[in-house]
Amino acid sequence: MAKILMKGNEAIGEGAVRAGCRYFFGYPITPQSELPHYLAKRLPEVGGLYLQSESETAAINMVYGAAGAGARVMTSSSGPGISLMQEGISYLAGAELPCVIVNMIRGGPGLGNIAPAQSDYFQATRGGGHGDYRVIVLAPASVQEIIDLMQVAFDLADRYRNPVMVAGDGILGQMMEPVELGEEKEIEIPPRPWAATGRMGGDKKLISSLYIVPEELEQHNLKLAQKYTLIIEQEQRWEEYQLAGAKLVLVAFGTAARICKAVVDRCREEGLAVGLIRPITLWPFPQKAFAPVINEAEGFLVVEMSLGQMVEDVRLTVNGRRPVYFYGRCGGMLPVAADVVREVKKLYGGEGQ
Amino acid sequence: MQKVFTRPRSLKDIPTHYCPGCTHGIVHRLVAEVIDELDIFDRTIGVAPVGCSVFAYNYFDCDMFQASHGRAPAVATGIKRVLPDRVVFTYQGDGDLAAIGTGEIVHAAARGEKFTVIFINNAIYAMTGGQMAPTTLLGQKTTTTPYGRDKEVNGYPVKIAEMLSVLDGTAYVARVSVHDPASVVKAKKAIKRAFEVQLAGLGFSLVEVLSACPTNWGLPPVEALKWLAENMIPYYPLGEYKKPAEVG
Amino acid sequence: MYQAILIAGFGGQGVLSTGQLLAYAGMLEGKHVSWIPSYGPEMRGGTANCGVTISDYPISSPVVTEPTSLIVMNRPSLEKFEGSVVPGGLILVNSSLIDIKATRKDVRVYYIPANELAEELGSSKVANNVILGALLELTGVVTPDAVEKSLREVLPPHRHDMIPLNRRALEAGAALVHRSAAARAG
Repeated sequence: MAKILMKGNEAIGEGAVRAGCRYFFGYPITPQSELPHYLAKRLPEVGGLYLQSESETAAINMVYGAAGAGARVMTSSSGPGISLMQEGISYLAGAELPCVIVNMIRGGPGLGNIAPAQSDYFQATRGGGHGDYRVIVLAPASVQEIIDLMQVAFDLADRYRNPVMVAGDGILGQMMEPVELGEEKEIEIPPRPWAATGRMGGDKKLISSLYIVPEELEQHNLKLAQKYTLIIEQEQRWEEYQLAGAKLVLVAFGTAARICKAVVDRCREEGLAVGLIRPITLWPFPQKAFAPVINEAEGFLVVEMSLGQMVEDVRLTVNGRRPVYFYGRCGGMLPVAADVVREVKKLYGGEGQ
Repeated sequence: MQKVFTRPRSLKDIPTHYCPGCTHGIVHRLVAEVIDELDIFDRTIGVAPVGCSVFAYNYFDCDMFQASHGRAPAVATGIKRVLPDRVVFTYQGDGDLAAIGTGEIVHAAARGEKFTVIFINNAIYAMTGGQMAPTTLLGQKTTTTPYGRDKEVNGYPVKIAEMLSVLDGTAYVARVSVHDPASVVKAKKAIKRAFEVQLAGLGFSLVEVLSACPTNWGLPPVEALKWLAENMIPYYPLGEYKKPAEVG
Repeated sequence: MYQAILIAGFGGQGVLSTGQLLAYAGMLEGKHVSWIPSYGPEMRGGTANCGVTISDYPISSPVVTEPTSLIVMNRPSLEKFEGSVVPGGLILVNSSLIDIKATRKDVRVYYIPANELAEELGSSKVANNVILGALLELTGVVTPDAVEKSLREVLPPHRHDMIPLNRRALEAGAALVHRSAAARAG
C-alpha cells in the first residue's frame, strides 16, 4: 500500500480509529487541536461519536462512564488539561477501566506556553493523581510509530484493564512524515464481562473504586500491585540505536530522542562510540535495556526537554554503577543537536567526572 | 392472605446506613418502585455520587457506577452515549450536584442528555459533618455557619429546578418533597414521569426532592419533616417547572 | 543525499504549503522525508517557517536547526536564519521582496526576483514555485516531475488547471539559476 504524508496529531486519530476506538470525549487545548478536528470528522464516518465536553474534568469522567459501559474510548489534552483530568484518571485506575489518554505535552508549570516540552514525565509515570497506582505510558517518536502505538495502547489498556497514556509533544503532533496505514482491519474488541451494561438477566455489575473497609482496600491495592509487577515484567519497550561498543550512552525519548539520533550519527562519524537508548514505554521504564550495556558503557547522558525528570529513572536503574549526566532544555525550547554534541565531547572519555 | 406491600425488586434486601428519620430511604424506594413498574430493571444503569448516598450502589440491585464528587452527569453521559437503549439515572445530593458538580449538571442538561437525575436537596452537607451546602437557607445554622448563613458572607441558596428549567435541553424538571404521605405520592409520580420522558427519548429529566436530615439539622425526625415544610418549601416552591406536551 | 531545507517568510506567503509540496515529492520518489512547521504563537501572522528534510536514509532528527538550504521570502527571515545555514550550504533569497544582501561568504547565495518572474508568467501566486524550481535545479533534491505529480495529488481536481503554470514557474526558477551559475563559472 502507498505511503501517505500525515501529521502526528492526525495519525493519533487515524491510529485510534483503526484500533477500534469509536468514542472520543475532550475539551479544546493547544497544541493537540488537529486531533479533535480530525476525529470530529472521522468518527461519524465509522459510526462513532465525537463529543466536546464542558471541561477536561467532565471529559475524563465521560471516558469513565463509556469505558465502564464497555466501549473502546479515548480522550486527549495537553499539560493543564491533563492536570484537571488527574482526578478521573485515579478513579479509572482504581476501578480498573481500560482507556487511552493522549497528552501532547507543552511547557509548564501553570499556563506555561504551547511550545513542545517533556516536563509532564513525573506526572505521567508516577500515577499523577491521588493514591497508589500506575498508568502505562507510551512515547512515540515518529508519525509511523504513533499509528503503530495507538493499536498497542488500546490493546494494553484491555489486556491489563488499565488506563494507558500516549505522551507526545507539539513537535510530534505538528510534524508530517510518510506513514504506511496498511489494510483497515475489522477490530475484534476483547469481551468485557465486567462492564456495567444493564443486568439483562445476568449478575449485578459494579464499576467502583470505593473500598471503605481498610482490609478490603489493602487487598485491592495488592491486587493492583500484582498487575503492575506483571506489566513491568512483560511490557518494557525501547529502541536501541548504535549501542554496539558505546562508551557513552544517550538516553532520550520522543522528540528529544530524534534529536539525539542525529547527535549519535554525528559522533559516530567523528569516531566517538556513542549510542542511544530510546524508552518507548516511559512506565514501565525499560530497565532491561540497560543490563547489556552497563558493563561496557562508561557513562550515561540523559537528554530531556525538561529540567530533568526521566534522569531519576535512569539513576534508579544504573544504581550508582556508572555516572549519569543530564542535559536538558526547558520552557518549550528544543535541545540543539550541535549543543548536545558539545556536551557529549565534554563527557566522552570521562572528562566530565 | 394477599400480600399488599413488599420490597421492590430493584432494591436489595439489606439494611441501609442511613440515619433514623433520613428520607434517602423513601426516595430510594420510590425510584426502585418506578423501575419495577416500568419493567426496566434489567436495562437500567444507575450512577451513585459522593455524599451520604455514596453507597446507593449497594442498595439498588441494578448495574451501578460509583462516580467521583459532582461528576455523575458526565459519567452518565459516557454510559448513555455508548448504550443509548439503556435507562440511565444519577442519584446526587446538593453538595455533589449544586456545588462541585455545577459544570457537569448544567452542561448535561444543556446537551439534553437522555438520562434522569434524582437530586436530593436537604440543605446541608451531611456525610462530611453538617457543613453549609449551596442550598442551605439564609439564617440556617450549620457547622460552618454557626451564626446562621449570612447573605453578606455566603450569598444565596441555589435554586436548581428553576435554573435548569430555562435550558432548552431539559425536557422534564420538577421539585417535589417527601415530608408527608401526600407529598410522597406526588414525588413518585414526578419520578415516574422523569423516567418516562427518558424512555420516550425526549431529553434531560430531573426531579429535585426536598429531603430531611434530622441528624445534621439537630432535630428529631418528626420535627425535621415539619421544619422542611415550614422553611424549605416557601423558598423552594414545589411543582413541575417544565414538562413536554406529550406528558399530561 | 541529505537535504535539510528551511523555508521562511511571512504568514500567508504559502511557505508551509510549499514545504509540504516538497516533502510530498520526496515521498513519491521513495525518499525519507519529514516536514515540521514553526511552532508557537508566531504561526498566526508574523513570520512562518517550516523545515523539510529529504534523505536517502532514515531521518534521525526532523528538527531543522542547521539547514543545508535556506529559502527566504522576507527580510526578517533572512536576518534571522542566515547564520544557521551550514558552511557550504545554499541560500535562496526572494529579491522581489528583500532589499538587502546576505553577508555570509562561506555559503552559495542566489537572488531570485521570484514575484517579478511569477507575474511575467501570469500570476504572482506561483512565486514560491519559481524559487522552488531554483532549489531543485541547484540541489537535485527532487525532480520537477515529482513536484508536478505531487500537485496532481495534493490539489483538488478543479484546480488542476493551475498545474501547467506551476510547472512553468519551476522551470523559470531553474533557468534563472542555471544562467547565473553558468555566468559564475564563466
